[in-house]
Amino acid sequence: MTTTDESLSPPDRRGRSTDTDPSVRRAVLAPYLLIVGAVLVLLLGMGYPVVWQIITSFQKYGALQQLGGKAPDFVGLDNYIAIAQDGTFWAVTFRSVLFCLVTAFATIVVGVLLALLMTKVHAAARFTLQIALLLAWAMPVIAAMTVFIWLFNRQRGVVNYLLSMIPGVDMKGFNWIGTTPLLFFVVASIIIIWMSVPFVAFSAYAGLTQVSGEVLEASQLDGASAVQRFRFIVFPVIKPVIAIVLLLNLIWDLRVFAQITLLQDAGPKSTDYDLLGTYIYKTGVAGLDFGAGAAMSIFVLALTIALSWFYVRSLIKEEGK
Amino acid sequence: MTVTATRPAVVKSAGRVAVSADGSRIPIRRRKLRLGTLLLSILALFIAVVWAFPVYWMVNSSMLSTATLESSTPTFFPVGGSLSNFERVLTPSFFSALAVSVGVTLLSVAVCLTFAFLASIAISRFKFRGRVSFIVTILLIQMLPAEGLFIAQYKMMASFGLLSNVLGLSILYVAAVVPFTIWMLRGFVAGVPAELEEAGMIDGLSRTQAFVRITLPLLAPGLVASGVFAFLQCWNEFTVALVIMENNRTLPLWLRGFVQQSATQAIDWGQVMAASTIVAIPVIIFFVIVQGRMTSGLVAGAVKG
Repeated sequence: MTTTDESLSPPDRRGRSTDTDPSVRRAVLAPYLLIVGAVLVLLLGMGYPVVWQIITSFQKYGALQQLGGKAPDFVGLDNYIAIAQDGTFWAVTFRSVLFCLVTAFATIVVGVLLALLMTKVHAAARFTLQIALLLAWAMPVIAAMTVFIWLFNRQRGVVNYLLSMIPGVDMKGFNWIGTTPLLFFVVASIIIIWMSVPFVAFSAYAGLTQVSGEVLEASQLDGASAVQRFRFIVFPVIKPVIAIVLLLNLIWDLRVFAQITLLQDAGPKSTDYDLLGTYIYKTGVAGLDFGAGAAMSIFVLALTIALSWFYVRSLIKEEGK
Repeated sequence: MTVTATRPAVVKSAGRVAVSADGSRIPIRRRKLRLGTLLLSILALFIAVVWAFPVYWMVNSSMLSTATLESSTPTFFPVGGSLSNFERVLTPSFFSALAVSVGVTLLSVAVCLTFAFLASIAISRFKFRGRVSFIVTILLIQMLPAEGLFIAQYKMMASFGLLSNVLGLSILYVAAVVPFTIWMLRGFVAGVPAELEEAGMIDGLSRTQAFVRITLPLLAPGLVASGVFAFLQCWNEFTVALVIMENNRTLPLWLRGFVQQSATQAIDWGQVMAASTIVAIPVIIFFVIVQGRMTSGLVAGAVKG
């Protein structure tokens, strides 16, 4: 933090001639010139769509308006009132939040446990595990989804085959993704955890390598238990890493779209199998109601900000120092 | 810092006497530890096998004939397998999708890195009005639900005449990836002490010269790390491309088209897995080579802030 102030001041402190007008003005303008590219592309690629989205959420923008027959009218909060009275929407929202919390926390727990495991095992085992995690991490979403749909295939999927080898279990022809929504989301959750654990594990492991071995050893000699060492020495060091990966996973898991869409491609398409992403898509794009879709997106945006509020607030405080 | 702060608490619960008084305990402890390490190593290897299995299964299936895949018993090793699925999959449509993906990705990564690099310098080396708002905004932008924005993005690109256009898709990719790239890079910039630059300036370099000759080389690993991250995001992106690129498909769309095409008939899993392998393997190899830098970059961003 201190570097921020020092980088600007030293030339002046050392009495060099930077006090002349042009260079002072340049120093004041410099940061703005540096961010202008990023700001412009963000305004174009994100700002404009968000503003459009907000405006549209207050409009009646259905099939008629989309085909150009009629200009969209402003209808105030009608779209928001409509979605507030939509029972399916609330069911989908509840399901999405639950899915997001369970999946994100499970990802973090498994990821941190694997990172701790990496610090405790033989180098060869660690290397093998890291390679395996890298393979999963680097898989493009589409490729990974296609493979998992093949693994869980009811007739010839290897999951059913392997489970059926357990004595007394017969899973032949069992339909994982089409039987109940609960099972569908368990499968979706497993796939997402498989994809996102490597990122968490590597980040946590990199954080763990910053824990001082000497301090750990000293505390061990002093009689601290493994739990105590984790709580008082290891955890404080990796806490910032865990905070940011938890936040990112919450955000990603709340708006999962590609995974659910592709699973639905291979299975049931009813709204019982929807999360917010797919429900918005069905309402806004497939259902031709841009207005309602936009209102739902704004709602999801607010929900995301609520979920991450503590992190953002602490960040603002820290940056403001 | 936190480590030293918590240390007294641990020292208080010390059992120093037990260890220093009874030297014979230490070897026993060590042997126990070694057995523990062995058991944990076996566990780690088991987890590795389970975790890598889907990727193995993709490659394995891609080399098997349709008849073998249709049998009721899975074939676990591609004995007698062939590469004929790959031959059937490498059609002109693959190469045109490859060209689109390469074009979009290179353009997006180059522009994204340039913008993000400059912005990260601004937020970690300058204090300016609006700095905190800028940082919070780039954090918030990452939370925008993409599936809510693509209707607007589609309408925007249609009005610019940039639908199915590499430039149009690149603009959206840069906007989507630039926030996280700034986030990663600022950790690296903060990790290079400004004092080094000052020393260079005392030695007579100008501010710009000091930056280019001293700071920039130290930032190279960070640029590589964030470049890889941006590359993967653009290369693997699916949703926005699905909406914007109606008749100029990227590789992920090509892969989905494969599954869809097969959906009308019985799915030819051998071909589907060969297509998945072609899309995934180059990414995996590239990624395995450079990942260490990426993770350390992320941690730098989170820890050093």
